[in-house]
Amino acid sequence: MTVTRNHDPVAVTGLGLVTPAGIGVDASWAQILSGESAAAKDPNLEGVSVDISCRVPGFDATELLGRKHARRLDRFVQLAIVAAREALADASLDSQTWDGTRVGVVIGCGMGGAATWEEQHRRMLEHGPDRVSAMLIPMLVPNMVAGQLAMEFGAKGPNLVTATACASGATAIGVARDLLRGGACDIVLTGGTEAGLTPLSIAGFAQMGALSHRVDDPASASRPFDSGRDGFVAAEAAGVLVMERPEDAAARGARTRAHLAGYGASADAFHATAPDPEGAGAEAAIRAALADADVAPSEVTHVNAHGTSTPLNDVSEARTIKRVLGDQAVVTSTKGVTGHSLGAAGAIEAAFSVLTVEQGLIPPTANLESQDPEIEIDVVAKAPREAKIEVAISNSFGFGGQNAVLVVTPA
Amino acid sequence: MSAVYDKVAELLSDKFGVPSEEISPEATFEDLDLDSLDLVEFALAAEEEMGVRISDEEAEQLKTLQDTVTLLESKGAKVGGS
Repeated sequence: MTVTRNHDPVAVTGLGLVTPAGIGVDASWAQILSGESAAAKDPNLEGVSVDISCRVPGFDATELLGRKHARRLDRFVQLAIVAAREALADASLDSQTWDGTRVGVVIGCGMGGAATWEEQHRRMLEHGPDRVSAMLIPMLVPNMVAGQLAMEFGAKGPNLVTATACASGATAIGVARDLLRGGACDIVLTGGTEAGLTPLSIAGFAQMGALSHRVDDPASASRPFDSGRDGFVAAEAAGVLVMERPEDAAARGARTRAHLAGYGASADAFHATAPDPEGAGAEAAIRAALADADVAPSEVTHVNAHGTSTPLNDVSEARTIKRVLGDQAVVTSTKGVTGHSLGAAGAIEAAFSVLTVEQGLIPPTANLESQDPEIEIDVVAKAPREAKIEVAISNSFGFGGQNAVLVVTPA
Repeated sequence: MSAVYDKVAELLSDKFGVPSEEISPEATFEDLDLDSLDLVEFALAAEEEMGVRISDEEAEQLKTLQDTVTLLESKGAKVGGS
């Protein structure tokens, strides 16, 4: 069978970020460039063996959304609404006047309303099933974030949530791009959100051995590609991008921040949590994304790595980058600053990749003091590096062996 | 107004985020932008705070806050000190 490939890029016309590095694109990007880690002791995790995390600082849902609205939404939806509002404003789009039937929403999320689940489960155990909130299900199910964004903005086009664990945000952006290419909608709000920093889920990650145990020095715990790395620091975040076909963006005079030029996906078919040591699945996703964008591996000059700071991921990913792309690609992991926001990570990192390409400034990898000798790639440390970038990729690899890679190019 | 009314007003304000200036005996749940799921939540909160249970059938009949207060008082709702 012969498949005719459509290599058309889509335009990224708006960004919204709510991350541990700050609320808003400007605040988040400033801290990303500073290379200062957001990890800290987390009082909500008291008693868990790993009691550090990267929370969004000073997120007051009541102030931002109103008490009546905020109390009916789990935090993973609250974060996404605030990010989406910023992205729409950044794109100069007004949801009061647009044709909502042509607006799609595709958001990635790994866990859904974990805090609501735990709170209501405790309630059931303590007071019986008759005391469980009627809001439990609408607050907890992961798809509700896309549904709530539709209600918030009158977006009546295709509406869904993608779940590929730590790749969910990148998968969402890829699927959203396909909806634009296929003509299913004209504008898409896409990205990812996660707010799973609960005692139960963090205990689960800790029992897996996935988390850093540097609990006495949280700021140094997330250190991608460093010899001293010992696991990731869990984070919460939301990132939303507004995307349109380039001709539509041009027709309404929108500013295009960058292009999403390619998307590739694959499965390791190997292990529930460990990456394929040869990186075959990751390589397949990178090659698929580059083919989709119609660019050669040697043209890639920047990689926003998955770079979780786990011993296994970082060495496997670095080998894959070197093998597939060669030595010219300059790599960073913004997870040194933000920690690992799971289902949101691919989306916030896509946004950071857009900013990197737009500004020609590659952020440093926080805490990279002594690069692991097994990691033979050029990783930016200490300070941002100026570079004119023609092709960047953003890698996301999820538990379950689900991989998604995005290609970002200048507008 | 009665102690039960004051308690209902307090619950709506504290747990449901209803601005206190919108709360009056004549206000309906619809006026206050509270839907059927909110009513179920309200019934749970009323049971916890005042020790009386509102059934789903009773909850469906409630329109105004005064209806609610009347029902709660008829069931012997207790407020404070208990």
